[in-house]
Amino acid sequence: MIQHGDSAPVLEAEGLERRFGAVNALRGLSLSVRPGEIYGLVGADGAGKTTAMRVLAGLMAPDAGTARVMGEDPLRGAGALRSAIGYMPQHYSLYGDLSVEENLRFFSRMFCQSRAEYRERRERLLRITRLEPFTGRRADALSGGMYKKLALACSLLPRPRVLLLDEPTNGVDPVSRRELWALLFELVSEQMGILITTAYMDEAARCHRVGLIHHGRLLMEGPPAELLARFPHRVIEVESPPGAGDAEQLVEGHPQVVTTAAAGRRLRVVVRRDGQDVLERLLAGVGAQARQVAPSFEDLFLTATASEDKP
Amino acid sequence: MSPVIRTRELTRRFGDFVAVDRVSFEVERGEIFGYLGANGAGKTTTIRMLCGLLPPSGGEAEVNGVDVARDPSAVKRSLGYMSQRFSLYLDLLVEENLEFFGGAYGLGGAHLRRRIDEVLELVELGHERRALTRALPGGLRQRLALASATLHEPSILFLDEPTAGVDPGARRVFWRLIRALSAGGTTVFVTTHYMDEAEFCQRIGLMVDGRLVALDTPDGLKREHVPGQICEVDGPQVHRALELSRTLEGVLDAQPFGAAAHVRLDPARLGPEGLLAALERGGLQQINVRPTEPSLEDVFLAVIETEGRRS
Repeated sequence: MIQHGDSAPVLEAEGLERRFGAVNALRGLSLSVRPGEIYGLVGADGAGKTTAMRVLAGLMAPDAGTARVMGEDPLRGAGALRSAIGYMPQHYSLYGDLSVEENLRFFSRMFCQSRAEYRERRERLLRITRLEPFTGRRADALSGGMYKKLALACSLLPRPRVLLLDEPTNGVDPVSRRELWALLFELVSEQMGILITTAYMDEAARCHRVGLIHHGRLLMEGPPAELLARFPHRVIEVESPPGAGDAEQLVEGHPQVVTTAAAGRRLRVVVRRDGQDVLERLLAGVGAQARQVAPSFEDLFLTATASEDKP
Repeated sequence: MSPVIRTRELTRRFGDFVAVDRVSFEVERGEIFGYLGANGAGKTTTIRMLCGLLPPSGGEAEVNGVDVARDPSAVKRSLGYMSQRFSLYLDLLVEENLEFFGGAYGLGGAHLRRRIDEVLELVELGHERRALTRALPGGLRQRLALASATLHEPSILFLDEPTAGVDPGARRVFWRLIRALSAGGTTVFVTTHYMDEAEFCQRIGLMVDGRLVALDTPDGLKREHVPGQICEVDGPQVHRALELSRTLEGVLDAQPFGAAAHVRLDPARLGPEGLLAALERGGLQQINVRPTEPSLEDVFLAVIETEGRRS
């Protein structure tokens, strides 16, 4: 296991609250990210993920609670603190009519870097993002995955200690997603701390720790394996051979069933622990085959948010 | 069954860049057809040609029996298109957006009012009809965009990454709607980067660098493109298990998969028990090895890798 316990957090949120008109975007959010750690913040649209990022990046003041980056208030921190924070919003604006190289040089000047410093950073960032062959290509002409990697390279120019990534893999294909994640693991191996939001549950499962945010506060938090081990229900996968009864109709709304989801030709059912036998007998009665499978992160997410929303 | 979409050697060039390269396929009425590929592989360009928005540079395409190059406006009337960045008027109410788009399709009066009721029921947004579009979370906006694309009862729906960045619960609801539309006879042509969603498609075309390199059912693709036996490996030291697996004789491939790893074996040289024994000999503890079925993500990565080596 990776040990983070002893080092002071690079990022801390304590009781953050933030209201927009009638909407409580954050309702007492607390979390911390340690050096060398990838912390995944997952939650439904509108759960407060982006607001949390913006407060921690020092772009917005909370109504209550405190945000700390490297132990300091990100809103008041001096220039040195600002350059310790790398923030990549969902829609990172690169200059579309500038080349990869020109974008990097432009952002380097914005960060007041010397020429020597720029040359050193440029070389390393192009190498780790594998953008070297494309330095002359206009940003507009890059594929979605490459555009995101260039945006990431720009936010890494000033050697931040903390990286805030808001859905960096949104709309990125599986191959580029893998490359991006390999890159994140390389960055945390150098003791950077990363806070990332994602709608991909397989990515959430790869973080060192995950927090599930719902209506502005954490419902649960921990290493993915521990969260899965604490999952209170059973998951069964149902296959209905031709001629079998409609399994979905049978289990939908059953008092022992927590959630159901079609997965390809199969049906995935989250069922209360003591209801498994009842349900399996019921399914066998219509000729459907059921087998117990390991819970996935998606099961965890859907079950937690669904039970929270029940009146 | 007669195909409702048919392309032959369909090609689109931009200058000397070939975005779509001699692509031929057919889609049957009522089919959910998945069109997958990396960013920049030519998916959106294909859709834009099929929707009559972009003239082909070569080859031909027929949609509902109409040649897209000869009569693009007739093609447009018979289909619905939801683009990656679907446009809704955020400062209009939900029903005002539908009135506006209905008018754009030439609908009006009692017919339009009836269709608005029907599509709102279809996408389960009846309770939000007087809501301001800006106030809707992303998942509901996406359903509203789907409603507006189906107002004129198109027989074919083109959905270009409709669920990018949408949370798992909302994605699930969206796919339930897609399946309902398909069951009602609507043909659905959809692109996605979520490989679990691709499982819902009856057939899948896989694009690499503008070429259609594979076309089959999800099961057919798995049989054809992921030879060998996939094992899911998990435990507290997945990273080391991955590294170690890659050095073993008989391991074809090893990739992270959520919190676990997928290791592909050549069964003639190494079985699951052999893999477990080798990992334990390498000093790994509490490691689990389970034979499992390949996922579409395994297919995607295998095909991209093969094609990448070829070009």
